[in-house]
Amino acid sequence: MVQYRHAHVDASFGALSDATRRGVLEHLGRANASISALAERFHMTLTGMRKHVGVLEQAGLVSTEKVGRVRTCKLGLRGLEEEAAWIERYRRLWAARFDELDIVVEELTRKEKAHGRKPRT
Amino acid sequence: MDASREREATPAKNPTTVERKSERELVVTRTVNGPARLVFEAWTTAELFRRWWVPKSYGLNLLSCDMDVRVGGQYRLAFRHEDSTMEFFGTYLEVTPHSRLVWTNEEGDEGKTITTVTFEEHAGKTLLIVHDLYPSKEAVDSGSTGAMPEALDQLDELLASLRSSTETR
Repeated sequence: MVQYRHAHVDASFGALSDATRRGVLEHLGRANASISALAERFHMTLTGMRKHVGVLEQAGLVSTEKVGRVRTCKLGLRGLEEEAAWIERYRRLWAARFDELDIVVEELTRKEKAHGRKPRT
Repeated sequence: MDASREREATPAKNPTTVERKSERELVVTRTVNGPARLVFEAWTTAELFRRWWVPKSYGLNLLSCDMDVRVGGQYRLAFRHEDSTMEFFGTYLEVTPHSRLVWTNEEGDEGKTITTVTFEEHAGKTLLIVHDLYPSKEAVDSGSTGAMPEALDQLDELLASLRSSTETR
């Protein structure tokens, strides 16, 4: 059992709150499957299974690909890695910005000390 | 001793964190060593803002930076990147000196993003919280997606355990 330490519930966790969806992930961990095969396996209607897969897809846990008339589902691990990589790039952009901001604020602080505090509006 | 001298010579940078609060929200936090009054000035004065908003290491050329920082005022930033020019523009919705700034980003095709920056001063340092609310989940994902790195580790763990548990059946 995985313990979630974070209070923030994101889409991925919502997606995992349902037993059928966890079952679908388990199933896709073994082999890719079409939506109709998943519907049959979990004794559901096609529409019901489409909804579950849609939630997993939104959360990046599953990716689907339509070939002809068949939509094949597989685990979306690559998508997760891409998300992690993107957030890290975004964090670095902000970190670089803030490093430059430090320099500006240091300079303002020095100037203020040198000239005495002036009233600002 | 040498160790203490080294510590003084290279002050550590404060950490920057990013969190995806929901499908449409990204939150960046960082502490800046200075009072909110000065940090706010650096966010609201064009000549200061342009010095830090575009990190030197990113190879972007800031062509112009116009900021009319008051409620209803506009800002516009123009960049040159290789052969193209990009513009970012929007409107200030809230300007509360030294504590809060809210503006829109209107250059996107998918609607406005609203950025809220709060400045919280504690013992001469300022905690900055930059909160972006995107018009849709797709707008976040198309600039590509964000998610909490820790949460992703946990998901990887969970998926790995799901996979190994299926192997034993």
